[in-house]
Amino acid sequence: MCLGLPAKVVSIDGNSGNVEMMGVTNKVSIELLDDVQVGDYVLVHAGCAIQVLDEEEALRTIDIFNEIKELGIK
Amino acid sequence: MRNYIDEFRDSEVISKIVQSLQGYSGPRLKIMEVCGTHTMAISRYGLRSLLPPQIELISGPGCPVCVTSTSYIDSATELADNKNVIITTFGDMMRIPGNNSTLIHKKAQGSNVQMVYSPLNAVELARENPDKEVVFLSVGFETTTPVIALSVSKAKSEGIKNYSVLTANKTMPEAIKTLAGDKELLIDGFLYPGHVSAIIGTDFFNYVAYNMQKPGVVAGFEPLDILYSIKVLIDNITNGKIILENMYSRIVSKEGNVKAQQKMYEVFEPVDSVWRGMGMIPKSGLGLVKNYEMFDTAKKFDIKQKDTPEPKGCLCGEVLKGKKRPLDCKLFKKRCTPENPVGSCMVSSEGTCAAYYKYGG
Repeated sequence: MCLGLPAKVVSIDGNSGNVEMMGVTNKVSIELLDDVQVGDYVLVHAGCAIQVLDEEEALRTIDIFNEIKELGIK
Repeated sequence: MRNYIDEFRDSEVISKIVQSLQGYSGPRLKIMEVCGTHTMAISRYGLRSLLPPQIELISGPGCPVCVTSTSYIDSATELADNKNVIITTFGDMMRIPGNNSTLIHKKAQGSNVQMVYSPLNAVELARENPDKEVVFLSVGFETTTPVIALSVSKAKSEGIKNYSVLTANKTMPEAIKTLAGDKELLIDGFLYPGHVSAIIGTDFFNYVAYNMQKPGVVAGFEPLDILYSIKVLIDNITNGKIILENMYSRIVSKEGNVKAQQKMYEVFEPVDSVWRGMGMIPKSGLGLVKNYEMFDTAKKFDIKQKDTPEPKGCLCGEVLKGKKRPLDCKLFKKRCTPENPVGSCMVSSEGTCAAYYKYGG
C-alpha cells in the first residue's frame, strides 16, 4: 500500500500538478512538496507527490552499478 | 532526465551481485524486510531463491492493511449498514474478513462502499454528497498518513462537515524497536521501507543501528536496489560495521519530507495502537488532535472498538512478527486462499501469505 510511482511533472497549477506516469497524464496534489518544477520527477503516492527524485543521487547509484559491471565485485 | 528502470534491472549486474552473495560462507543471518512492497518484490522476482541458505529473509509487519485489527474491520462493516454513510477506502481493505462480514460483502448487499485512489477523492465525494456522511477508512504508515492529513485539513479549510476518518494509522518506529529488541526473534539486520523513510528520514534507523546494535539498509524497490542493499548489509555485518546505510538516497534524505511531517502532526498525534499479531504497542498509532476531532468518525458515531479474537487456526500474527512462515500454517493454500482469505496476510497483494501463494517462497 505504500507503493510510490515515479512520474514526470508536465504542468503546475497552484497546489496541483499534471504528471505523466507510464504514458498517462494524471492530476496530483503537490501540496506536500516545496519548489517542484516542471520537468522534475516526483514519487506519487495516493494521489499526492511525496518526494522529488534527486537526479544526482540517482546517477551516483547507477555509477556504482556500472562499476560492478566493469570491474566485478569481491 | 532518463528513465532509470533499465539501469536498476541490468541482468549483468544482478548476476555479479548474486555470484558474490552466493560466495557468502559466514554464520547464519536473519534479515527482516519491514515493508510489504519489499516482500512482494522479493517474492515476485524470486530473490529469496538467489541467496545462499545461510541468509534467511523474513517478512515483518510492513503491510498496513495486514496489521489492521479484526475489530477495526468489524466497526467499518457495522458502519456500512448505515444508509446515511458512504464508506470510502483503498481497494485492499475491501476483502479483509472481520468477524461477521467484509466490506465487499456489504457492498454486494447494497451498502454504499466505494474504492478511492486517494483520500483527496473522498473529500470531493463529500462535497458532491452533502446529505451523506463520507467516511474514509484511515489506515497506513508514514507514507500514506500525510496525504490523509491533507484531506482532513482540506475538508476543514473548505468548510466540508460531512467528511470524517476512522483512524487506525500506524507509525513504524515503535514497532521496529519492539522487533529489534525481541529476544526470541534475534534479527541480525533490517531492510528498511524506502517510502516510509522518504517521509521520516533516516535518523530513527540510525538510532536502531547505534543504540540497539542492529545494522540496517534503507532500500529502494527495484531488484538491483534490493539485492545490492542485501549485499551491503551482509558485508557490513561481516566486517563488524553496525551502521545504517542509505541505498535509496535518490528519494530518501536524512531529514525526510519535513513539510509532510508537519502536515501529519498538525492533524494527528501519537496514540497507543493495536497491531494484528503484535498486540498493543504504546504510541505506535496516530489519532486526530483536538483541533480536528470533528472529523473523527469514532467520535461522530460513538464507535468503541471491541477486543475481538483473531480467526481460529490463523497464524497471521506470528507471520507478521517473522516468527512463522506461511508454509507453517495449516490453513495456508487449503482453507486460506486469495479467493477465500481467512487472515489479513492473504488479502493484500503485499501480504506475506499472498506473496508466498502467488510466487512461492
